[in-house]
Amino acid sequence: MKKEKKKTYDTKETIAKILSLIAPYGLYVTLSLVFAVGVVVLTLYAPILVGNAVDMIIAPGDVDFAGIGKILIKIVIIVVLTAVFQWIMNRCNNHITYSVVEKIRTEAFEHIQGLPLKYIDGHQTGNILNRVITDVDQFSDGLLMGFTQFFTGITTIAGTLLFMLSINIKITLVVVLVTPLSFFVAGFIAKKTYTLFRRQSEIRGEMTGLIDEMVGNQKIVQAFNYQDDAVARFDEINNNLQKCSHKAIFFSSITNPATRFVNSVVYAGVGITGAFAAITGGITVGQLSCFLSYANQYTKPFNEISGVITELQNALACAAKVFELLEEAQESEKETAFTSVDAVLRKSRQGVGAAAEGSVCFEHVYFSYVPDVKLIEDFNLKVTQGQRVAIVGPTGCGKSTMINLLMRFYDVDSGEIKVDGLNTQSMTRQVLRERFGMVLQETWLQAGTIRDNIAYGKPDATDEEIEKAARMAHAHSFIKRLPDGYHTVLSENGGNLSQGQKQLLCIARVMLKLPPMLILDEATSSIDTRTEIRIQKAFHTLMEGRTSFVVAHRLSTIKESDIILVMKAGKIIEQGTHNELLAMNGFYWELYHSQFAH
Amino acid sequence: MKNLLKYLKNYKKESIIAPLFKMLEATFELFVPLVMADIIDIGIANHDTHYILIRGVILVMLGIIGLTCSLTAQYFAAKAAVGFGTQVRGSLFRHINSLSYTELDVLGTSTLITRMTTDINQVQNGVNLFLRLFLRSPFIVFGAMIMAFTINIKAALIFVVAIPLLAFVVFGVMKLSIPMYTSVQKQLDNVVLSTRENLNGARVIRAFNRQNEEKETYREKNSVLKDLQMKVGNLSALMNPVTYVIVNLAIVAIVWTGGKEVDNGVITQGEVVALVNYMSQILVELIKLANLIVNITKSLACAERISSVLDVQTSIVQAEQAACIVMEEDGQEDKDVPAVEFDGVSFVYSGAGAESLTDISFRVMAGETVGIIGSTGSGKSSLVNLIPRFYDATKGAVKINGKNIREYSTAALRDVIGVVPQKAVLFKGTIRDNMKWGKEDATDDEIMQALNTAQAGEFVMEKENGLDAMITQGGSNLSGGQKQRLTIARALVKTPRILILDDSSSALDFATDAKLRAAIRENTNHATVFIVSQRASTVRYSDKIIVLEDGLAAGIGTHDELMKTCDVYKEICMSQLSAEEV
Repeated sequence: MKKEKKKTYDTKETIAKILSLIAPYGLYVTLSLVFAVGVVVLTLYAPILVGNAVDMIIAPGDVDFAGIGKILIKIVIIVVLTAVFQWIMNRCNNHITYSVVEKIRTEAFEHIQGLPLKYIDGHQTGNILNRVITDVDQFSDGLLMGFTQFFTGITTIAGTLLFMLSINIKITLVVVLVTPLSFFVAGFIAKKTYTLFRRQSEIRGEMTGLIDEMVGNQKIVQAFNYQDDAVARFDEINNNLQKCSHKAIFFSSITNPATRFVNSVVYAGVGITGAFAAITGGITVGQLSCFLSYANQYTKPFNEISGVITELQNALACAAKVFELLEEAQESEKETAFTSVDAVLRKSRQGVGAAAEGSVCFEHVYFSYVPDVKLIEDFNLKVTQGQRVAIVGPTGCGKSTMINLLMRFYDVDSGEIKVDGLNTQSMTRQVLRERFGMVLQETWLQAGTIRDNIAYGKPDATDEEIEKAARMAHAHSFIKRLPDGYHTVLSENGGNLSQGQKQLLCIARVMLKLPPMLILDEATSSIDTRTEIRIQKAFHTLMEGRTSFVVAHRLSTIKESDIILVMKAGKIIEQGTHNELLAMNGFYWELYHSQFAH
Repeated sequence: MKNLLKYLKNYKKESIIAPLFKMLEATFELFVPLVMADIIDIGIANHDTHYILIRGVILVMLGIIGLTCSLTAQYFAAKAAVGFGTQVRGSLFRHINSLSYTELDVLGTSTLITRMTTDINQVQNGVNLFLRLFLRSPFIVFGAMIMAFTINIKAALIFVVAIPLLAFVVFGVMKLSIPMYTSVQKQLDNVVLSTRENLNGARVIRAFNRQNEEKETYREKNSVLKDLQMKVGNLSALMNPVTYVIVNLAIVAIVWTGGKEVDNGVITQGEVVALVNYMSQILVELIKLANLIVNITKSLACAERISSVLDVQTSIVQAEQAACIVMEEDGQEDKDVPAVEFDGVSFVYSGAGAESLTDISFRVMAGETVGIIGSTGSGKSSLVNLIPRFYDATKGAVKINGKNIREYSTAALRDVIGVVPQKAVLFKGTIRDNMKWGKEDATDDEIMQALNTAQAGEFVMEKENGLDAMITQGGSNLSGGQKQRLTIARALVKTPRILILDDSSSALDFATDAKLRAAIRENTNHATVFIVSQRASTVRYSDKIIVLEDGLAAGIGTHDELMKTCDVYKEICMSQLSAEEV
């Protein structure tokens, strides 16, 4: 078995990878950056022009209208230019962000299709889903924000500083010295509220837990008259939450007024020093008004950037998680593997003779999910074409594992599995799976119509074929009674159907595909025994002369199989027909009689 | 919607103080440009440093007063919003606890959980923002305009034109983009669905070799999502540039008009600067207002959903003068009155077309065991769910001790009935906590007795902490069979007079199942027992077997009688039992 290598991304690698993703959009990135600089410079230039205009308005009779007119026209041109630049920049940013996100998401999805089941089984669905959806979303938000706010924010700060310095150094110093105050204040408050918010999210977690249990299982709550206790428990948490939330929300909402206060102090500072400078002739009134508007502009990006930095860190962390997923090793096929069923059959006839077609052999197969916990050891089995094989045994004995190996959902650790006389590793998984039809205990249906679900393995099936398959699966009668018959739309995973009905649909799905070989893994566990026997009869006719494997825990329905394999702890301990096995008086006999005891 | 407002009533004082102080804060903010104008016109013009200093101090004072007002407002807004949220949460939780199974089926528990958590939090946020900002922003916008009027009417007219224009752009973009965001969200849900389906169905998809088709569908869905995102993104991208142009054109107009007015001696240079400042303030507030409205719209949608749940009334009507159930211990009930009787009972699930049960009649005497058997979907669970009045029969009457169960209070009724549902659900806590659900003051002896009867005593005692062993949420640290046995024990702890086992031994092997039934017969003080099962062997020794087929009673009787008279029953038995056993 290959050693699993886990790659984790550090910040540098993540950024490098992001840059390589963005690279194809280089033109857009350049445009965005150039226009961003343009926007910032022009935005900062406008107040200066307004200031110049104001300086020409001095007193009654002392107004230079010609000068003002010229400046105002200049302002109009600059303003319109700024707007156009900003618009182009925004569009570029949108284009980059959404294209990159689409690419990552599609890549992630397609990558998952090629991941071994070991990975999918070993990770919670929610976990992988989070990476493809939430993490990518977070990343896109961060990317967009990074472009729109981070870059413009920094240019604005630098630009403002330059412009202010060019007008007056002293007043600039006032602004530069007082502004960090708002940083300290915001940081101080954030630190103080952090514990409060953590406490709040703890209480919320506790509450969600209780709600999940009590509302999710409301029927049990009512059956046991537990409502009053539930309410009492809820109220206690709810009251704690109220106290904590009030504090948390209040303290966190101090941030804005506090930074606003710092801003007004800056404003007053600029006002006073500016006015003094104006008296001594250091600056003009127009320049003062320009300074005042800068004082506002200068502090704003500081507040924004601190928010953006957390957002960016978050985005990097999320991107790293997505990249790790993309880095997971995919299943690979041998280069020499047969890629079509015909090729397999031709080889099979040449090499091992026609008798091998439809046969399945396990030869000295060893397998375990976890290296330390041995499961299947030296497993041997020969099934000839057309045999109906049943596998029985207690839970956890390895019945479903055999199916996993047969379909190559997992690969054997050592030994060989042969289908049609050829090692299953010598053909692609696709070709191998083409030979089998499979129904599992866990039913899986897609959101969509019943028709589409039955036709899943054969999308071009006609209505007649579909109805015929449904009839054979004994699903027709319940489908007919649904409001829209075969066109009834199922919600995710067939939510609106009973477990038994879902199994019937899965069976119809396989009946339509009519595979050369069949695997039923506890496929009828939620169907009553009467219907089960009828379905098995239908399969029997359908599968005439075809090899089939049935995993079952109800013995009554597999009595007629050609071979019954009795498994225990990863090994076949008995095998034979029903009557032969009963005559042995062994484990099968025990299983059989325990099912019918009273 | 209105039914949520009443929860704010307890916070009337806070709900008035908060916006009021916000308004005060805004008022002081509006004075700032005026003070600045004075500094320019009087301080600088007269070279009066003393005057400038005083005005500077006034500016700082205005800041301090603004801060105080703002903090007061934030405090009361937070108090009102959190109090409101707490009360809505409490009421909704109580309300959900009062709903019957019918409403729970219609609403769906996962929806209810979202209402209880995400939705209420969003509404609480909305209330908080609303109290803080809904007076402030419009006040600043119109305040700035009014201040402009006090300075100069001609210049103020520019405000009269610019404000509606700005409002038109900001709200126009919002009005167009909000429905687009909704479709983005919908398409994202669609992509989520695809991803989840593909993870859950990995085996089936691979078995059918459909990976490439799945990739194709996903690519399409994803590209639709991207197009939608771009569309709404590009629309929103218009907002900032356009408002920027309007505001600056207005400033140009102000400078020009201001220049003329100064030339005529109507206003001063400082006042022109003040007018320009007011115009800048308006833009900031309008954008805040737009964000506020987005938030409020979201909150309103959540509030609507919460309130629609609060509007649902339980369909189980409690009897006005509820009778207590008289059921004596040790089977001393009146021998002639049946413990449980169904009299022509039919039942339709709310919203379903066909009847799930049709004209069912039978009588069960105290201490009898009744087996109920039939195919998947034949109405077995529906039948037993009528006994504790989880649902009301649509026709006919269900009687206990000769009285229609509607005459009892549901609490009294459910006190004497022990139910073991099909799905074995346990709660986070110790095994003892879970056992006490049936009887709050149950002693360890009582609990152990119930566990033993349920064939669970052994594995519980094998646990390190015995009864104090922790069960994780949903009982995920137990096997299916263990969970089933614990849920049976939980129902037994309350020593019910009527015990309902709804296919609750399906995960047990046949031998344990048989032992369980024997123990229940012996240890339950002649309780009347209903056993729902798909297994013929489970029901075969019952005093009475009810065979259901498509909601109809296909036969009622003992095993031997039914083998002779009921084809459906015979067929079920033949499919499961060996020839000698039949």
